[in-house]
Amino acid sequence: MSRPPRPARIAAAALLATAWAMTAARADDMPVIKVEMRDGLILPAVIEVPANTRFKLEIANTGQSPVEFESAELKREKALAAGSTSAIVFRTLDPGTYQVFDDFHPDAKATLVAR
Amino acid sequence: MIGAFVIAFREVIEAGLIISIVLAATRGIPGRMRWVLLGVAGGLAGAGLVALFAERISNAFEGSGQDILNAAVLIVAVLLLIWHNTWMSKHGKELAGELRAAGAAVRSGEREAAALSIVIGAAILREGAELVLFLYGLVASGTSGADIQFGAFAGIGAGILLSAVTYLGLASIPSRYVFSVTSVLIVFLAAGLAAQAAQFLANAGVVDILGHTLWNSSGLIAETSWPGRILHALVGYTDRPTALQGLVYVATIAVMVGLMQWSAVDKRRAVQAA
Repeated sequence: MSRPPRPARIAAAALLATAWAMTAARADDMPVIKVEMRDGLILPAVIEVPANTRFKLEIANTGQSPVEFESAELKREKALAAGSTSAIVFRTLDPGTYQVFDDFHPDAKATLVAR
Repeated sequence: MIGAFVIAFREVIEAGLIISIVLAATRGIPGRMRWVLLGVAGGLAGAGLVALFAERISNAFEGSGQDILNAAVLIVAVLLLIWHNTWMSKHGKELAGELRAAGAAVRSGEREAAALSIVIGAAILREGAELVLFLYGLVASGTSGADIQFGAFAGIGAGILLSAVTYLGLASIPSRYVFSVTSVLIVFLAAGLAAQAAQFLANAGVVDILGHTLWNSSGLIAETSWPGRILHALVGYTDRPTALQGLVYVATIAVMVGLMQWSAVDKRRAVQAA
C-alpha cells in the first residue's frame, strides 16, 4: 500500500481545479434574493424565489446572536456570525414550497416558495 | 440555557462519535495518542480558521466555496478511512495480539496513526466551524447571559462525555472482535461521509446528475430528530436521499469490502509462501 495522504491530496487538488474551471466561466448576473435573520426571526416569512433557474440567496444576520440558515428539504445549511452576510447559490430548484429554519434558534421558521 | 446546551451538545457528538470509532479502531497502535492529539489540535485550529474566514470561503467559486471545501474535507476523510480498513484487514490480527509477528504492524502502524489523525482533524474541521461560530457569537456579543454561556459549555462537556462513553463501550469489546466491529462501523461511516460529499458537490454544481429524490422517510425518522441526527452521524442517514447519494453510498461500501477481501487474501498468500 502506498502512502495515504498523496492520493487524498491529489483528489482534493483535482476537485478544486474542476470546480474552479466549471464556475469561473460563468458570469455573475443571477437574481439575488435577500433574507434577513435576526435573533430568532427569519424575514420575510415567505421567501419567494424563481424556479428552474440559477439564483443567489443572500442571507444577512442583523441580530446579536449567531444563526444557521437550514433546510432539510433543500439540503442546505449556512452558519452566520452576528453582523455577517453570506450567500447560497442555487443551480436550479423545482417549483414548490420548502421549509427553512434557524438551527440555532429552533423556533424560527419560514417557507421558501419557488415559482 | 437549554437551547444553547442542546445546540453545543449536538455539534460536539457529530464529530465525537466519529472520533470515538476511530480511536477504538486504532487500539494497540504504538504512539497513537500523540497523533490523536495532533489531529484534535489541527482540527480545532482549522475550524477556527474556517469560522474566521467564513465569508471569504463562502464567496469563493461564485458562492460555492463552502460546499467545495466541505466536499474536499469529506473526500479526504473517506479515502483515508478506506485505506485504514484495507490496512486493518491485513494487520488487525497482529495488533489484537493473536499473531506473534507484529513487526510489520508496528512498522507501518505509525503511518496508519498519522492517517487517522487526519481523519480526526477532518471530522472536527467539518463540524467544528459551526460550533466555533456559535460559541464565539455567544461570548463576543456580550448580550447573552451567563446562564446561556454555561449551557453551551455544559453542552460541550456532555458531548465529550458521551463520545468518551461510546469509546469505552467499543474498547471493552474483547480484542479478538473489536477490529471486526470497528471495520463494519467504519464502512458505514465512510459511505455516509461519501454520500454527504456527493451532495455538497451537487450543491456546488460540480456534479449535475441523478439529482432526483429516491425516497422521503422524514415522516418515519426526521433527519432533524435525535435518532435522525445520531443515525446521520454514524451511518450517514438522510431522510430524502438523492439517487446520486444512494449510488455513492452503495459504491463506497462495495469498494471498501472489495479492497478488504483482496487485502486479506493477499496476506494469507504471503503467510503461506513464508
